[in-house]
Amino acid sequence: MNENWSFSDALGMNPQTKQQVVDTYFMEHRARLVDIAAYLDRVDRGQGDDPLDFRDVAFRRAVEILLDGQPQRARRVLELFSDHTSELPQSADGMKGAMGAVSLTDGGAA
Amino acid sequence: MKYIDPHIHMVSRTTDDYQRMAQAGCIAITEPAFWAGFDRSSAQGFYDYFRQLTEYEPKRAAQFGIQHFTWLCINPKEADDPGFAREVVSMIPDFLNSKEQLCGGNVLGIGEIGLNKNTKNELIILEEQIALAETFNQLVLVHTPHLEDKLKGTRLIMDALSASKIDPGRILIDHVEEHTVSEVLDRGFWAGMTLYPDTKVTPQRAADIIEMYGDERIWMNSAGDWGCSDPLAVPKARLEMRRRGHAPTTVDKVTFNNPQQFLSQSPNFLLT
Repeated sequence: MNENWSFSDALGMNPQTKQQVVDTYFMEHRARLVDIAAYLDRVDRGQGDDPLDFRDVAFRRAVEILLDGQPQRARRVLELFSDHTSELPQSADGMKGAMGAVSLTDGGAA
Repeated sequence: MKYIDPHIHMVSRTTDDYQRMAQAGCIAITEPAFWAGFDRSSAQGFYDYFRQLTEYEPKRAAQFGIQHFTWLCINPKEADDPGFAREVVSMIPDFLNSKEQLCGGNVLGIGEIGLNKNTKNELIILEEQIALAETFNQLVLVHTPHLEDKLKGTRLIMDALSASKIDPGRILIDHVEEHTVSEVLDRGFWAGMTLYPDTKVTPQRAADIIEMYGDERIWMNSAGDWGCSDPLAVPKARLEMRRRGHAPTTVDKVTFNNPQQFLSQSPNFLLT
C-alpha cells in the first residue's frame, strides 16, 4: 500500500458491474424513490402554511445532492444533516433527542 | 458458517433471539453496558445491571452454545450528571478485579463510552472513563452520537482518546457511517458499523462501505436492543455481501476474523 494512502482515498472496489448493480437494486430503490415523492406530496397536501421547518429545508437540499453528478453522495448528504458548530453546551438537561438535521443557517453545512 | 455479533444488547432481547442467532451461525456476542431507555435512579441500579451482564446473561447465552462477553461503563446518556456518573464508575474496578475476572471472566473492557449530545459534562466523564481503561489496561468500545450529532461527536471523542496513552489499535469506534468512517480509520482506530433499519447503516450500505474503505480494522454488528433493531442483521449483511459476489473469505473476515482479532487483545476473550 502506498505510504501516502489514507482511508480518505476510497478504494472503490465493487465486484459488480454497473449493469449488475442496476439489475440487483433498481426495484428496491424505485420503491424508495416513490416513497420520497409521496412524502413530498404529503407535505404539500398538509393543511396550513409551508412549515419552514429546518428539517424540511435540509431534506430538499439533500435531494439536490442526489443529482449533482458528484461522487460520495451518501457522505455529503450525511454531512449536510450534521451539526458543524464548535460550541459545547454544559449539560444535556432539557435537550431533546436527535432530530436528524440542523438548521442550515445555524450550524448546518450551508 | 459462523459469525460473531460484537455489539448487541441481549438484556433487551428474548431468549428466542438467542435461539435464532445460534441457528444463523452466531457463536459469540459481546454486550456493552448501555442506556436502558430510561434513566436509572441510583447507582445501585447499575450495580444490578453489571451483575446481570457478568453473571446471568452468560448463562442464558450458553444454553444455545453462544459465548457471552461484556463491557462495563456508564453510558453517555446517563453521564450528564458528573456526580452520579462518578459514583457508577467507581464500582467498575471491583468487577475488573473480581476473582472471576482474574480467572477468565467475561469483561473485555470499558464500553460503550462516548458522547450523546456533545456536552461538557459528557466529555468530562468520557475522559475519566478513558483514564479508567488506561489504568486497568482495558480495551475500549466507543459509542458515537446519533444523527446530526455524530460528526462533531466522533471528532471530539477521537481527540479525547488521542490525548490518552491508549494504543488506537485497542479502541473500536462504533456506529460509523459514510461521513465518519474514513477519519476513524485514518487515525488508527478500529471502526464498527451498526446495522439498523433507519438510523444507522443498512446491510447494503455496510457492504458499500467495505467496498469503498476496505476490510481492514472494521466489523459490523446488530446493536440489537429495545428499539427498532434486528438481532439477525449480521447474517443478513453476510448474505448481502455474498449476493454481490464478495469472496467468502472477505465475508468471514468482517463478520468473524476481524472481531476475533480485535477482541482477542483481551485475555478474557477465549473462544472455546
